[in-house]
Amino acid sequence: MSAVSRRTMITRGLAAAAGLSGLAAAERIADRYGLVPPDHGGIYGPGATLTFAAQRLLTRNSRAREFSRSQISTPPFANEIAPPSDQFKRLQADGFKDWRLEVEGLVAQPASLSLDEVRRFPARRQITEIACEEGWSYVAEWIGTPLADLLRAAGVMPQARYVVYFSIEKPWWESIDMADALHPQTLVAYAMNDADLPPSFGGPLRLRVPRQLGYKSVKFVNRLAVTDSLKRFGKGLGSASPEGGYAWYAGI
Amino acid sequence: MAETALSVDRLPDVAARADAPRHAALVRVTHWLTTACFLALLVSGLEIVVSHPRFYWGETGNVLTPPLFSLPIPASRATVPTGYGFVLPDQNGWSRALHFQAAWVLVFTGALYVIWGAVSGHFRKHLLPEAGDRSLQALSRALARHLRFARPAAADAWSYNLVQRLTYIVVIFVLFPLVIWTGLAMSPAFVSAVPATVTLLGGRQSARTLHFLLTVALVSFLLVHVAMVWFAGFSTRVTAMITGAPAPERGSE
Repeated sequence: MSAVSRRTMITRGLAAAAGLSGLAAAERIADRYGLVPPDHGGIYGPGATLTFAAQRLLTRNSRAREFSRSQISTPPFANEIAPPSDQFKRLQADGFKDWRLEVEGLVAQPASLSLDEVRRFPARRQITEIACEEGWSYVAEWIGTPLADLLRAAGVMPQARYVVYFSIEKPWWESIDMADALHPQTLVAYAMNDADLPPSFGGPLRLRVPRQLGYKSVKFVNRLAVTDSLKRFGKGLGSASPEGGYAWYAGI
Repeated sequence: MAETALSVDRLPDVAARADAPRHAALVRVTHWLTTACFLALLVSGLEIVVSHPRFYWGETGNVLTPPLFSLPIPASRATVPTGYGFVLPDQNGWSRALHFQAAWVLVFTGALYVIWGAVSGHFRKHLLPEAGDRSLQALSRALARHLRFARPAAADAWSYNLVQRLTYIVVIFVLFPLVIWTGLAMSPAFVSAVPATVTLLGGRQSARTLHFLLTVALVSFLLVHVAMVWFAGFSTRVTAMITGAPAPERGSE
């Protein structure tokens, strides 16, 4: 071993140590700025974290593309859904008049809203594309209440970091960070292409998160929970998707 | 005295050349990292394609839309009409995670290689066709040699020939950037920040179809590349790319 190669080895060792402590510091800073996804563990954690952090920095205020009326897909494709539960069928038989959207967690005024109460907020209409992780996509007009308006009305507390949303069809639930939750294009959608949202497309209420893949746009939504930590929900990975092997963040 | 001094002067020079690796360490490391990433991206990408082996042109496409073309394979989703009476198991979860992680490693590796290649003069010296080769005659001569499957020239063990150089330039500066671009064009978040990424390609489904066709081109390159390495002497060439061991002395081939 010559002196040069020993010096090289020491330099490399120092560089590695600096790199590791740099990584640890970077992780603390990233977590503080909400750049670490809840499913950051495991062998694919680094890739998932890089994607989420990079896109969160790049897209915090960006808008999903909106399309012209002529680009609406006719007919839209209703993806396969599990047969509806008895609870859903009972509500549907009544024209969903007993459907409730619970708003709970870190809010000043928890609420239990009927469909009419959700519709009473100013509506937002947007023609966006929904893209499935499988590869297919379609464009439709979605009409709904911006999630941000519902949250503001409920009085979100400053320590809120995520909004968790649940489908009446268990075990389907997802969550998004506040950047997506307060984003003007994130809708609690109740209509599509000028008609009530059909149950085959997630009616009566579906979340629409157009800057993420379709599986974040949960169907049959009946509960929103505002939280500062996802640890208490399911296995603590942020949503049902990571529990099934899919990424929590689906902006890809 | 003068002669001795001269030969002593030349000694380090000769020694340096004998020790010079056929491929620089950075080329070797980035070559194999890229290989590993590409294979991971290929396997995981095929798994993702299996969930919807139909391709479209334009913005949207789904099973209600006529495809541009379909792969004659069964699908991992019951919603896709494939003509097969069965559905393959869903492997998309780990496939997607591996795909995007390998893509990150590939992008970092590629960036390192491109910066180093530009700064060190690697591209100018080893990839840009040599001065005498920058003509159509030189190209047709070289292509004819390749198509006749002529034994590689001895010099080919030391440097890339014209067809190799042009192929590597296309792979490094055209195919890989395009496959990354078309991949990003499928990210709803990324295109919300940079919409031109997808609009320039004619829409999301066009981007997906191009991503697939570029993969076909890259796989074709890989097959020909491995075949040519085999033809030129597999163990010598692969050893050179692993250890950097120089090829046997010039003229001994």
